[in-house]
Amino acid sequence: MIVADRKKIPEIRDMIASHDKVLLVGCGTCVTVCLAGGEREVGILGSALRMALSLGGRPKVTVHECTIERQCEDAFIDILAQRATEYEAIVSFGCGAGVQALAERFPKMPVYPGLNTQFIGILESQGVWTEKCSGCGNCRLAEFAGICPITRCAKRLFNGPCAGSRDGKCEISEDRDCAWQLIYERAKALGILDRFDAVAAPHDWSSGLDGGPRKVVREDQRIAGLGPKA
Amino acid sequence: MSRPDTSAQMTAGATSAEPLILAFCCHYCAYAAADLAGSMRLSYPDNVVVLRLPCTGRVEVNYLLAAFERGADGVLVAGCLEGGCHFQEGNLRARRRVERAQGLLAELGLEAERLEMYNLSSAEGGRFAEIVNEMTERIRRLGPSRIKPGAAAVAAGVHALAQDAAQRVAAEACGCSRGSACAG
Repeated sequence: MIVADRKKIPEIRDMIASHDKVLLVGCGTCVTVCLAGGEREVGILGSALRMALSLGGRPKVTVHECTIERQCEDAFIDILAQRATEYEAIVSFGCGAGVQALAERFPKMPVYPGLNTQFIGILESQGVWTEKCSGCGNCRLAEFAGICPITRCAKRLFNGPCAGSRDGKCEISEDRDCAWQLIYERAKALGILDRFDAVAAPHDWSSGLDGGPRKVVREDQRIAGLGPKA
Repeated sequence: MSRPDTSAQMTAGATSAEPLILAFCCHYCAYAAADLAGSMRLSYPDNVVVLRLPCTGRVEVNYLLAAFERGADGVLVAGCLEGGCHFQEGNLRARRRVERAQGLLAELGLEAERLEMYNLSSAEGGRFAEIVNEMTERIRRLGPSRIKPGAAAVAAGVHALAQDAAQRVAAEACGCSRGSACAG
């Protein structure tokens, strides 16, 4: 899932400094699961923001909250279309995709981000999320025993480990596992260590963000004339 | 035991010079302790509005913030002694939520000390009075909250909350979602 965390209250307060009616929009998908932008968190932030505005001498600013099922799909934004016209601005508590989907849907309305989108990751333990995928567009997990060196090795080494690996930890921080230690141990357990006899090939970064903004098209799924983005 | 008129108390608190303090009390300890304090004829400030919860684990961060937003000068959460929660760990969860809310209060510019978590047992009537006195003294020292909606706004907020609660109770009673509009 997409993992995010919220921006500080003063930053959000300053973003909406020129507006008197603001709608905070949560997202019921990834950011709800990572406890950053779901219904409960948006409710908390709404309350905190109203108080921050009041303390900052703007008690009459209207701040309302609502949460839609999924911000990154236009069909789910339909439910907001009527209500959004009552406000001067939107603060999105979705990921960066959600913010931009709202901005595309409401071209005349400022849409601000309430979250800092962090990464694609998983829940490691209650309250702890870790990054697992960089979305490089050319998955090579099969070569590395299912552990991604692009995301989890600080140097993105394809032929590791480096000399910064100490007791299974990466030199950048004692709480970061060395990805190559993990790869080695898992490959050993799977009995596929011989894969590392050969040097791993360089990565084709053109499929990643380095190749410019990406697009996935499924011609068989396209229906011309149906929906705003068909 | 008669149910206190919370809305009247809150409206009165918003207009009186005494600080308005909201106390989220666990049914199994603090609420019983408050009752005991009364039976023991212990006196404590009457500016504290007691809200009974089945467990302090029911407290959410937004309840705490909503209290301040609606005009409370101080909020205390009183749960069972650590290790003695009727629901195992509700009071431990409440403490962490209180800590998070304290962080949010500081971030938005209000004194975090206006919110506090206490632990006590049902046998500690004296301790309950002590906690209320301590919190009242602290809030007096800090002065009134700078987030003070007018008395009318407080009354409207409390009225809305009361209506919402009544609808929920009605809905729970018959199992439908029409609340007070339900004909049974």
